[in-house]
Amino acid sequence: MPQMNMVQAINDGLRTAMRDDSRVVILGEDVGRVGGVFRVTAGLFDEFGDDRVIDTPLSENGIVGSAVGMALYGLVPIVEIQFADFIWPAYDQIVNELSKYRYRSGGEYPAKVVIRAPVGGGIRGGHYHSQHPEAAFIHVPGLKVVCPSSAYDAKGLLLASIADPDPVIFFEPKRVYRAAKGDVPSGPYTVALGSAAIVRSGRHVTVLAYGAMLYEALDAAAKASLQGVEAEVIDLRTLWPVDIQTILESVKRTGRLVVVHEAPRTCGFGAELVSLVVERAFYHLEAPPVRVTGFDTPFPYTLEMEYLPLSHRILPALLEAVKH
Amino acid sequence: MTLATLKRSDAVPPNETIVRVLRDDLTLDPENDPKLGNDEVLHLYRHMVMTRQLDERLVALQRQGRIGFHVGSLGEEGAILGSAYAMRKGDFLFPCYREFGAALMRGLELQVFVHNMFGNAKDTVLGRQMPDHYTCRRVGWGSISSPVGTQITQAVGFAWGAKIQKKDVATLAYFGDGATSSSDFHSGMNFAGVFKLPTVFFCRNNGWAISVPVERQTASRTFAEKAAAYGIPGVRVDGNDLFAVVATVQKAVERGVRGEGPTLIEAITYRMGGHSTSDDPNRYRGSEMLEPWASRDPIGRVRAYLEKHDLWDGTAEERLIAEVDASFKAAVKVAEHTPPPPLESMFEDVYARPPWHLQEQRQEVLSGPRAPNPHGS
Repeated sequence: MPQMNMVQAINDGLRTAMRDDSRVVILGEDVGRVGGVFRVTAGLFDEFGDDRVIDTPLSENGIVGSAVGMALYGLVPIVEIQFADFIWPAYDQIVNELSKYRYRSGGEYPAKVVIRAPVGGGIRGGHYHSQHPEAAFIHVPGLKVVCPSSAYDAKGLLLASIADPDPVIFFEPKRVYRAAKGDVPSGPYTVALGSAAIVRSGRHVTVLAYGAMLYEALDAAAKASLQGVEAEVIDLRTLWPVDIQTILESVKRTGRLVVVHEAPRTCGFGAELVSLVVERAFYHLEAPPVRVTGFDTPFPYTLEMEYLPLSHRILPALLEAVKH
Repeated sequence: MTLATLKRSDAVPPNETIVRVLRDDLTLDPENDPKLGNDEVLHLYRHMVMTRQLDERLVALQRQGRIGFHVGSLGEEGAILGSAYAMRKGDFLFPCYREFGAALMRGLELQVFVHNMFGNAKDTVLGRQMPDHYTCRRVGWGSISSPVGTQITQAVGFAWGAKIQKKDVATLAYFGDGATSSSDFHSGMNFAGVFKLPTVFFCRNNGWAISVPVERQTASRTFAEKAAAYGIPGVRVDGNDLFAVVATVQKAVERGVRGEGPTLIEAITYRMGGHSTSDDPNRYRGSEMLEPWASRDPIGRVRAYLEKHDLWDGTAEERLIAEVDASFKAAVKVAEHTPPPPLESMFEDVYARPPWHLQEQRQEVLSGPRAPNPHGS
């Protein structure tokens, strides 16, 4: 089986989808001749031409608005937003248009678009190349939100996202774009949306993580294990609709919950995850749930490693949880 | 007339730069005559009258508290119906929210429209939106949203999608003068210009965006001239001249399907009523501002033309209005006796299939207490 990093896996997924279905088109800034600033669309322009791999003018609002129109016609557009930090000019089209089209038209106009955007920090990108804005999209009815952490999942989740009838925001953790390597089957396969993966089993504390922070959670879990604390690490993979069953089953076994995410804490996805668990498994909890997250500041440039919820901040949370 | 007064919202603009066909002496200028048959003119006239009559009736229903809202088209019927008529079968129109008359002319049934005004169980969008936010794909009609300008980029994308699949489909985006200030106007014009897409940008310059006059939307001399910045043609047309509107839009469509790209049309007209039933225009404009436009009423001009050719008279007019009233009354009766949408419909169509959280919330509502006055406000 071929070894690929996440960039290659997503590229392979896009190629697979485009070969399979002529309705699939890609549009975005620099996605054509240059193959994307992260090279995710490399080679697709040559294979599929500029009708299907489209370098657009520099306007996120125009890209997503046009993609919605293409979807209404019947195409399956895949939009690349160069960095998630630049998605906001398109937010109106995503929130008021894309996500509501099926509902507001009584099912007459489903608008199927996949919006890919690299997210996250740790790449010396400052606050305009580092944000992780999933909460602002999870909050919007009608959207599905995905964030893979491995090369295998990235391709499988992308193909599932393209096949899914609903609009999907597909966040790609750019810090591990090249570091996340693994076996990736050639040809089509899917990883089902809405299904989390237990990537490390443990009986003392449940850790929920996704994207690049999954590796920090795993590192912290390995270190905690040396001190006798066995953490169960769950990779959420699909952020919304989240795999509530896997989360609850785990927390009911461990009695403890730590949530990790890069985004600011207040009203972050962690707030929702903790609420869901407290509402549904309160009497199984033996310790207060803990959020290890980015801070409620803009994403800092020089101090980014202090901002991010890296292993050194997750480990104390795991050790603390079991003291209760 | 100075440049400053050229586009003042209370002044009818002068002739020189504007496409006009129906002359004051009721002859047609052969240069731009769309050569409509008598039956076509009659068809359009009937729909203009019907639109105005329905507008009046819907406002009355709103004042009686029987529907929640209406956004009308008084004075703009020529621009709206003429432009829709020029679009071919199979083309798609992306409405703003003021064009119900065009939807009806393209085949939306009056009863379906009236169900939407009541937001009942037979409303095709199940009461999920305010009145006048209907949808009708089968007649090439988009879905309406209230944010201004968002349909412009979508109309461009729709035409683009068709072009990629090598299908002959043109689109028309309706918007008002206010929307020319939106980012979607800029993006849509820019993208369509770059990719030479068959989209007609149809700006109804009706003088007002709620209470804000056109002078506050732009320092440009005209809206049409904005087209130059996108490398596409911009045309000003007398929006109260049905013949000129039909001809101008037809030319734009022909140009688009020849692969020559989009056209911006500025249809100069005037919003004779409020922005919507929620608006009182007396707070920001005097009735004297309406006078120059009343004498150029798009319906009155076509009626005069028809009467001159012995194609219409007072009896025909009375009969038509009686017909419209009767069918509207009947449709309202049916709609008022149609129950509201079922409770569970609130949770459908958010996604193709309701995920676990919506299933839970649906159950929560179904098994929970009802609102004390579930269909009141």
